[in-house]
Amino acid sequence: MQLGQRVYSGDDVQLLTASGLGILRGERVLFEGVSLTVAPGEAMVLRGPNGAGKTTLLRMLAGLTRPEAGRVNRGAALHWVGHRDGLKPNETPRTHLKLWAKAWGADADVDAILNDMGLSRPADVAARYLSAGQRRRAALARLMLETRPVWLLDEPFTALDAEGRDRVLAMVAGHRQGGGAVVAAVHGDAGFAASREMVL
Amino acid sequence: MGMLSAFANPHRFLALSNWLAPLFYALGAVLIGWGLWQGLYIVPKDEYQGGDIMRVMFIHVPAAWLAMASYSAMAVASFTWFIWRHELADIAAKAIAPLGATWTALCLATGSVWGKPTWGTWWQWDDARMMSVLFLLFLFLGYMALRAAMDSRQKAARAGAILAMVGGLNVPLIKFSVDMFTSLHQDSSVITSEGPKMAAVYLWPLLMSGLGHSLLFGALVMTLMRAEIWTRRAARQRARLLAGA
Amino acid sequence: MSPAPILSAFRQALGEAWAGGAGALLPLGFFAGAAVLVPLGIGTEPGMLRAVGPGILWVSLALSSLVTLERIFQADVEDGALDLWLQTSAPVSAIAAAKTFAHWLTAGLPLALMSPVLALMFQAEAGTDLLSGALIYGLGGLAFFFWGGVGAALSATVRRGGLLIALIALPLYVPTAIFGSMAMSGAAGGDSAPLLLVASTLFSLALAPFAMAAALRLAAD
Repeated sequence: MQLGQRVYSGDDVQLLTASGLGILRGERVLFEGVSLTVAPGEAMVLRGPNGAGKTTLLRMLAGLTRPEAGRVNRGAALHWVGHRDGLKPNETPRTHLKLWAKAWGADADVDAILNDMGLSRPADVAARYLSAGQRRRAALARLMLETRPVWLLDEPFTALDAEGRDRVLAMVAGHRQGGGAVVAAVHGDAGFAASREMVL
Repeated sequence: MGMLSAFANPHRFLALSNWLAPLFYALGAVLIGWGLWQGLYIVPKDEYQGGDIMRVMFIHVPAAWLAMASYSAMAVASFTWFIWRHELADIAAKAIAPLGATWTALCLATGSVWGKPTWGTWWQWDDARMMSVLFLLFLFLGYMALRAAMDSRQKAARAGAILAMVGGLNVPLIKFSVDMFTSLHQDSSVITSEGPKMAAVYLWPLLMSGLGHSLLFGALVMTLMRAEIWTRRAARQRARLLAGA
Repeated sequence: MSPAPILSAFRQALGEAWAGGAGALLPLGFFAGAAVLVPLGIGTEPGMLRAVGPGILWVSLALSSLVTLERIFQADVEDGALDLWLQTSAPVSAIAAAKTFAHWLTAGLPLALMSPVLALMFQAEAGTDLLSGALIYGLGGLAFFFWGGVGAALSATVRRGGLLIALIALPLYVPTAIFGSMAMSGAAGGDSAPLLLVASTLFSLALAPFAMAAALRLAAD
């Protein structure tokens, strides 16, 4: 896909809104009353100590975890990259991307994406032999398979080297320029200029 | 805490069960006592049903009734929870499971004791009711094991509800298949005294025992539900304290 | 809705089942091994073996379905693939059914196809009955895999979930086991058994995917 392409127009349109989200873990209130809106071009960073509920909030936004209170409105298609990469041990980066391109009905140039992500060399190596960073790159490569306005990223930089990190930052910048939005849970310095931060 | 604490509001249940449970205990004890006294000392024994051992019927038949009824109740409670997410329905399903399993096991044990002198075996594979009740016990045990394996009460509620509903939909099929299986093997004299052919002297003690067991069961369910409600409240209080709110 | 995600799930599950060590050979070996233990345990008297043979094959089929199913959804939870499958445009029930069907193809169908050989070892007469027997094992195995799949989905987040799957699935296997063995034995009054087997298998195909879908959403929660 072309990064500069505008995927969503009109800055008044909200790609994702959530209001009054709350959840219990056991009897403990993990968080409640969390509301947010994500507009085109925005990058929202979720911060907070371990166990504050960043992952849970992201999973709620993705529709994976059911909120006990509040609601989420998804106005646009979204990409989810969780902290688990989603690769099968016997999948190679190439078969992984081809599988999901097919499942999503996306018409993507897998070779070019592999090349972009620095995965040309290990493209045909089974995931169980790949390093954690290489698996992470393969998971993030899914973002390029299909243009979707919202990216939800859980700790996207985990296991990535400096070069991989820069690549992801460039992807995010391009995505935002094209009118896409990113919500990410990030530890430490996110690197990309977040338009908003939320502390849980 | 805000609106989350409004999810569980079982005040009315607590108020109701506060006097209803003791009443059920008392009535249940009286009825079971009367049924047993009638069954053990008053009614004549039936030599055709194994002599004095047939008196176990006054526990066995109520237990069989409760085994069936409790699984149905659990399935209905699970369905209610799944549709309306009313926490009390989940608390009820959770409370019914161990009690239902207990009465189901009681039914099997008394049936086995009764079966030895009448059929000459502790375990009669050809008896459809015995087999059905055995599978009911497995359904209860699976339900409890699944709930116990989940790491939060919310997940236990969801997983339990899914399984209880699947089980509930399968019970008629299991019952039907077991009936068919045993009708092919029918060479033993299956006890048929229950039902319409029952001698009138047994009827009233049996009915009263059945009612008594049901009341006792209901009282125990209420007690377990109350305990669960208070446990959840205590956990909530503790969580609130730990959160420093 | 396009069927693409369902086909992809099917293909991935097929690849997983095949790559998870020796493909269909592993469940076949398990099936044969469990069956072969029996004569060693109970003796080799031909009449007795002929009588217990079909039952032993049913038990082995049930066991091997449980053994192969333990990992199908658990692995998806652990490697994160479940999150992705829950987010496709296809219904989760269809995805779950496709995965279960793929596992039946690699672990259930080969067992059914091999059942005539084992039946012969259990002193059955060679004849067309063996082929209809394979069909019955195939159908019954399908129901086993779908009910087992419900257990597998419910215990996807449980460590050592295998025992739990067995406890959950066992009572659900009962109708299939009964109708199946009645259809095999052609016992008196069992004329309707093949039809009942078909009906109960269809019942499992109709109901289990929805239960699996609900359980998988829970596993991801």
